[in-house]
Amino acid sequence: MDWTWFHKFGSPPHVYRLAGRLTPWFAWPAAITILIGLYGGLVLAPPDYQQGDGFRIIYVHAPSAWLSVMIYTTMASAAFVGLVWRMKVAHAVAASCAGIGAWFTAVSLVTGMLWGKPMWGTYWVWDPRLTAQLILLFLFFGYMALRAAIDDPSRADRASALLAVVGIVNVPIIRFSVDWWNSIHQAPSVMKLGRPTMPVDMLVPLLLMLLGFTLYFVAVLTIRLRAEVLRRERQASWLREVLD
Amino acid sequence: MTPRRRRLILVSGIVAGVALAGFLVLRSLQENVMFFYDPTQVAVGEAPIGQRFRLGGMVKPGSVQRTAGTLRLAFVVTDYKRDVPVQYEGVVPDLFRENQGVVAHGRLGTDGVFVAEEILAKHDENYMPPEVARAIKEKHGGVMPKGPTP
Repeated sequence: MDWTWFHKFGSPPHVYRLAGRLTPWFAWPAAITILIGLYGGLVLAPPDYQQGDGFRIIYVHAPSAWLSVMIYTTMASAAFVGLVWRMKVAHAVAASCAGIGAWFTAVSLVTGMLWGKPMWGTYWVWDPRLTAQLILLFLFFGYMALRAAIDDPSRADRASALLAVVGIVNVPIIRFSVDWWNSIHQAPSVMKLGRPTMPVDMLVPLLLMLLGFTLYFVAVLTIRLRAEVLRRERQASWLREVLD
Repeated sequence: MTPRRRRLILVSGIVAGVALAGFLVLRSLQENVMFFYDPTQVAVGEAPIGQRFRLGGMVKPGSVQRTAGTLRLAFVVTDYKRDVPVQYEGVVPDLFRENQGVVAHGRLGTDGVFVAEEILAKHDENYMPPEVARAIKEKHGGVMPKGPTP
């Protein structure tokens, strides 16, 4: 099998150019999908029979929570490739994921708290699902702090990558916490086997928001990856040619 | 063995070790991770009776009794197998309704009545427009059909 396509991803100039070309192909569809999804979720979808209009926070909350886990998995996979194959670009991908993932995690926690107060009667309880999601936020913070604490870039890469890879243990705990333990958090309505427990006119905007958030993540990732490659390769000669 | 293969085994081994450790910790802390006990667990003595704990289940239809002029409230929490009567004084969340999930934090008295200090509502994963909910209720004689778990 010809592996040149794979080895090309190990080349910073190639990745730098590729990321730059990809950005608009994700950014514009992201903007359009999120706008349509928001209109569908906030205007077209009917109110819920129990929560009224309060349920609409799900259109930001659930996609943020899904993305936070998806981004962590991406970060850990990239870190794994970086550790095992000693691929610098993979470490750059992982490093670029962390900030975005931390933001999505924070958004999912804050929107969840704002929903929890009127619906459950409390902003926060030490419930397994909520606690596991908070640990996810700390994993992102820990990853970023560890990178910042070590001056030598390749040592920082390896140490933080190991933390990211080990932290993947938390991902199934987040997903299955509501099944393994009694939790105040409701079971999944969409991300499960079987039919979603939500009518189509509520579900379609939710899936659009998920798609839009995912496209947005890739768009921001390509921008941050370019910045990360620039920072790492600031001494390299190919950069002078690109920038001139 | 190539260095790459050795790193692969090392990293996978570390992840497997941490996963195993996490599994064992969560297993031994099972009771602390559990957010609430259901009425069956209370009945068979799994709940820490004598201490404060959380009781969760569904509010039994027709069981809610309010005392006029006060915030006093009595209702029955059920998991459709066992029931636990609950007393509470205070404001309850909007989603506190009959046939809805509820989590009460308090103590179980010797008389078998759970005295709650805090009431939280638990929402389920079902979302639907009001018209659909009305239609389903009419079909089932005025109550929303529910599964056996809260």
